[in-house]
Amino acid sequence: MIDDMRPVIEARGLVKHFGTVTAVAGIDFDVCRGELFGFLGPNGAGKTTTINLLIGLARPDRGSIHVAGIDCTGRLKAAQHLMGVVPDESNLYPELTGLENLCFCAALYGMPKPDREARARELLERFGLAEAAGRKFAGYSKGMKRKLTIAAGIIHRPAILFLDEPTTGIDVASARQIRQLIADLNRAGTTIFLTTHYIEEAERLCERIAFIVGGRIVRTDTVERLMEPVQERQVVEFALDGQVASVEPALRESFPELNLQVASGCLLRVISDRPVRIGPLVRFFEERGLEVGEVRKVRPTLEEVFVEITGIEAADVSCEKEKAGGVS
Amino acid sequence: MKQWIAFWSILAKDMRFYYLKPPNISWGLVFPLAWTAMFFIKSGEGLESIRALLPGVVALSVLFGTTSMLAVTVTFEKKGRSFERLLLAPIPLEVLVLAKTSGALLFGIANGFVPVLMAAFLTDLAGIHWPTVVVAIVLIAAGSTFLGLFIAVSVSEVFEAQTFSNFFRFPMVFLCGLFFPVEDLPVWLQPLSYALPLTYGADVLHAGFQQQGRMPLGLDFLMLGLFCLGLFLLSQRNIRKKWTV
Repeated sequence: MIDDMRPVIEARGLVKHFGTVTAVAGIDFDVCRGELFGFLGPNGAGKTTTINLLIGLARPDRGSIHVAGIDCTGRLKAAQHLMGVVPDESNLYPELTGLENLCFCAALYGMPKPDREARARELLERFGLAEAAGRKFAGYSKGMKRKLTIAAGIIHRPAILFLDEPTTGIDVASARQIRQLIADLNRAGTTIFLTTHYIEEAERLCERIAFIVGGRIVRTDTVERLMEPVQERQVVEFALDGQVASVEPALRESFPELNLQVASGCLLRVISDRPVRIGPLVRFFEERGLEVGEVRKVRPTLEEVFVEITGIEAADVSCEKEKAGGVS
Repeated sequence: MKQWIAFWSILAKDMRFYYLKPPNISWGLVFPLAWTAMFFIKSGEGLESIRALLPGVVALSVLFGTTSMLAVTVTFEKKGRSFERLLLAPIPLEVLVLAKTSGALLFGIANGFVPVLMAAFLTDLAGIHWPTVVVAIVLIAAGSTFLGLFIAVSVSEVFEAQTFSNFFRFPMVFLCGLFFPVEDLPVWLQPLSYALPLTYGADVLHAGFQQQGRMPLGLDFLMLGLFCLGLFLLSQRNIRKKWTV
């Protein structure tokens, strides 16, 4: 049984080196019971290493991990009963069918045969994979593989689910479905530890988020509190029919009170603590032969907070998203 | 009970998806047949000489079957990361290791009896001390299986598993006394021969099939048992060290 009064996951002073590389450089955090905790950072920040330390696939060089009060460095197997793990790459058996994979995973947790078959069929139904139950895992699409891997992670009804980049590299519809499943699981009481480099995903799903950069946690807080500094900020985007660079110096001279960001060649982002007056800006562009195709108000996002706190440029984060397939 | 369910499921999956696949069954039949035919033709003698070939062919069938299969299947699962599922399961490492090795062990034992079955159709097998032969086959299979596990833990690619297996297997085949007595080896090579598990396995097989063992059976069984235990413990230590980095 999990003690309600204590955090379900307690990590203290975790350090992990791989040769001369420090993957995790002394991190501390707690995850409360029933919480959906996000671990957000760019590729190589130490997210997967941290998850591997928590689940027992890696040993910390220093520090301690307690899961549901169990010391994982000494009694890992006792803690593993409570954990479900969904790794960043689907790691089920390609030669087994969907149903066989789930039944096998259930058997690893000691579930008797009638129970595991019933549970496997229930999950296949819930994840929309019932029709593919008899097909080999090797023949599944990426989205189906991901869903079955999540189903395998919760086959034994774990109290804590570790999800490592669950929507990376899959299509938009599957990613949306998976995010819904994650939210449903959390609503049903499962504590979820989610690592992602999709900022919007973390913002949408998580209650609390830790930003990790270079193996260090730079900030941990609730999404609301993280967003506080940018809530009042006004952001307006102008889509032009020509390059912003050609008028940028004159623009900065004419509107010194505005924070101007050239998001891409034809896209200008205007940031201000006061309402942005659109008319003068539109006239400015038109007088210089640039037509304004679209103006839209942008809601402040966690991405801005992430950029401010971590110092990682928004362009770099976007670049990672594009490489990985983007978020819908 | 829960551990038994996990153990049995791992074993059943491995048997079904690795060991009982047609290519592996044909390997188990073709390999001993080819070795028997090769030695039989080379001996130039009649069918009665087949019995003298049995210790060598049985030992090779067990050795090659077990070491190859376990090293390859474990490396394959490690590469595909499905082995992580087993490491994340709440079962003791000892149970996991035994479950993964049991399939190879059974495959090796079955391989070992294929040449005996073939010989039964060709020559008279009367006078063979069967209990000794059975125990020898089981112990050689266990030793070879744990050697396969040791190899699997040491490599990261499937092709490395095959290459590394041969590094152990071929010297063992020629130095273990199967095809010529250890006493006929150069004096400086003899200590190496006695450091190999198959030397003791071959001696028990010679005793069981032909009553021609050179060492006391108790010593052979003790040494085989020690090799099995040593390789099992060494593999477990290496798994803890290498697979949970």
